[in-house]
Amino acid sequence: MKSVRVVVTGLGAVSPLGLNVEEMWAGLRAGRCGIGPIKAFDPTGLPCRFAGEVPEYRIQNYVPRSHRKAVKLMCRDIELAVVAAQEAIAASGLITKGIDPEKINVDPTRMAITLGAGMISADMVELAPATVASVSDGQFDIQKWGRLGLEQVTPVWLLKYLPNMLACHIGIIHDIRGPSNSITCAEASGPLAIGEAAQVIARGDSEVALAGGAEAKVNPFIMVRQCLLKRIADDAGQSPETVCRPFDAGATGAVFGEGAGVLVLENLEHAQQRNATISAEVAGIGQSQNLSPVYDRLEADGKGLQIAIEKALDDAEISPAELDLIIPHGTGVPGDDLAEARAIEAALGSAVEDVTVWPTKSMLSTTGAASGALDLIAAIQAMSTGVIPAARNFEAAPDGCHLRIPVQDEKREIRYALSCSYTHGGQTAAVVIRRYDESTTA
Amino acid sequence: MGIVCPLGNDVETMWQAVLAGRSGVAKTTIFDASAFPTTFDAEVKGYDPSQCVPNLDLHRHCSRGSGFAIGAAVQACAQAGIDIEGTEPRDGIDRTRMGIYLGAGEGSLDTETFLASIIGGWDAEKAEMNWAKANHVSYTQMTRHRELEQEPNMAVAHIATLTGARGPARSCLTACAASTQSVGEAMMLIRRGEADVMISGGAHSMIHPLGLTGFNRLTALSTRNDSPETASRPFSASRDGFVLGEGAAIVILESLASAQARGATILAELIGYGSSSDAYRVTDMHAEGRGAVQAIRAALADAGLTYEDIDYISTHGTSTHENDSIETLAIKTVFQERAQDVPASSVKSMLGHLIGAAGAAELITCILAIRDSIVPPTANLNDPDPQLDLDYVPNAPREMPVKIAMNESFGFGGQNNVVILKRYDDS
Repeated sequence: MKSVRVVVTGLGAVSPLGLNVEEMWAGLRAGRCGIGPIKAFDPTGLPCRFAGEVPEYRIQNYVPRSHRKAVKLMCRDIELAVVAAQEAIAASGLITKGIDPEKINVDPTRMAITLGAGMISADMVELAPATVASVSDGQFDIQKWGRLGLEQVTPVWLLKYLPNMLACHIGIIHDIRGPSNSITCAEASGPLAIGEAAQVIARGDSEVALAGGAEAKVNPFIMVRQCLLKRIADDAGQSPETVCRPFDAGATGAVFGEGAGVLVLENLEHAQQRNATISAEVAGIGQSQNLSPVYDRLEADGKGLQIAIEKALDDAEISPAELDLIIPHGTGVPGDDLAEARAIEAALGSAVEDVTVWPTKSMLSTTGAASGALDLIAAIQAMSTGVIPAARNFEAAPDGCHLRIPVQDEKREIRYALSCSYTHGGQTAAVVIRRYDESTTA
Repeated sequence: MGIVCPLGNDVETMWQAVLAGRSGVAKTTIFDASAFPTTFDAEVKGYDPSQCVPNLDLHRHCSRGSGFAIGAAVQACAQAGIDIEGTEPRDGIDRTRMGIYLGAGEGSLDTETFLASIIGGWDAEKAEMNWAKANHVSYTQMTRHRELEQEPNMAVAHIATLTGARGPARSCLTACAASTQSVGEAMMLIRRGEADVMISGGAHSMIHPLGLTGFNRLTALSTRNDSPETASRPFSASRDGFVLGEGAAIVILESLASAQARGATILAELIGYGSSSDAYRVTDMHAEGRGAVQAIRAALADAGLTYEDIDYISTHGTSTHENDSIETLAIKTVFQERAQDVPASSVKSMLGHLIGAAGAAELITCILAIRDSIVPPTANLNDPDPQLDLDYVPNAPREMPVKIAMNESFGFGGQNNVVILKRYDDS
């Protein structure tokens, strides 16, 4: 990021390890696993039993009175995003309409929001009454649906499931009137959204931006999709605590989950003027594209991811040796993890021997559009505490993976950290953050 | 430029239809909509990707919307001189400096299996889902490729396969404003120096039973079932909703230096982009068009222009009561004494509403208006709403020089995007 410096002044995280950043970091620090048997629905008959589910919460407690009626327009993805945004804004010290309408201290027209969102699935139970009213001879009858079923669908049904509604609800609650976007690149959405939001600030279109992503993947249709795509870890006879093993020789696949990660990004001068607490600086963004007609796997040499990492390092104007920590995408799908290892090794060259690579999905699961944002929040926590926890469920790397993955906690001063993400369909992203240092001039 | 839309599957066919005031709206044929409140839509007709896509095998599972995107991208690349599906492109463009940014919609839900799973699993006595039964239906009937291709980022994936683009790749979905936003943000990536070339635009089809159900339940659609071709009637007193359309529109954006170095034919210059949000209600636009005004002003400021410089406005003009009234008010607020002097038409009167792809399709009509010095009409405007008094270019195109055109898109939920185009002048 050149010209304008963009810093992080607030964090919000909802994850399988807890409802806020502190709980998530305490869990990661202790190596706790947020994965358990699926509770949202009964997965009987599917080759997946486990998921990373968020602890129970009451959405009403996270929404100001003025917006409470609108909670019935929120699907779970939206709820998770709203909760994380509330925490991030409160932590930043910015007072928006949603925090306290009497004491607003930020110009709503100079705030932006760019959130990553997933492919939100309709709710089968919600549509059941309309559907069963439209059956003839055991089959769905579209004529009956048009005459009888359709009217039983709640009028605002569609609005609950549009991916842009995460940003819209948060925008309404907190009165965010600047640029607003919804990035829909599946698991790469979070860092792509953070990159775009940083650029919105850098080009002067806002002073503050909310950025990150949220997704709730623990839905029967979405889980069936992951089963069909053969991305799910073989959980037969396995414990949920050990089934997800990114970069481990014994890995068999991913575990899917839900979460939301939101960062408050801010123009450095704006943050300084209001004496905000700055937790890190966005130093560089890189993005590219995988090229593989096998759309559901990372290409074997990880080239698209390598380019994204190289571009992010260039943008941050640092050499690979200056990196202290990488949080990789690392889902536990063996072929993808190996391709990612190749990408990181190719981008870093010999410097890869000294950089700690810490995968988090053995604890957080793969939370779709939230995952990259949660990883950046984890990187910022590691940076501010100087600790990189041991990688859970990692014992030994498979042949061909030479990453330095910590098997025990490391105390390490972190000046630069990188988080990278990719998704089926091929979009790749990498974000470099720098420890904030007042004396540095970018 | 490339387009696959209800008025034709290439740019010139679409443009001639628009200038002739033809409608792309007709009875729904994709599925049986005869018992729905709305029985018509604006469908892509006669599109056969095997006629234009060189290696169809690489795209054989793609969704309806992605299929349109591929066809539009093939046309746009041909016009821009970008090599496709060659192992060694000879167009002089570094693939790591060529990116893709689409406002692309999700693939159509596998409605049959989704509903069959509910029917198979619903326990009527207990009024609850028997998941073992529902899971059995979905797991045995859903297909791997159909599910993968439903993800909204897949259109980007297919265009990457087609072109070899390795630069910044993103997809956004801000409802009806998505592809204006993608074009604006793609321009910003070029300005920032991250790419020399961006393949941008949008693709979407929501013409499936649950899509139609959703919009019908919102009462957003016209129900003029006895006269589909006149149902999209923006700014008229008798307007009763929008017409659901589908399609894809792709534009190739390029830094001037790169275009000049390649000797590319320059069609227009993109000079301004503004984005805002209403922050008002999920269900309604802000009554005074607060967000729309802010986005228009931001785009003007970005272009270094004032409201006095705009020759033509391509409105969002959906034909809903709310949009057309509030958009008119927003234009009046920004354009003040000039508001009634600037032609402001809606090609949705003929194309229908392409949802995520709408903004890019309308952007192409702006480029053509500049190229041909002719402003497209608002069709079906026979009974003007007395409250709406701008120059909507009713029913017939107007020959006039267009140097600078503005394209407006406003999404459900209040995300607003505006871009400004200028006739390219090499002096």
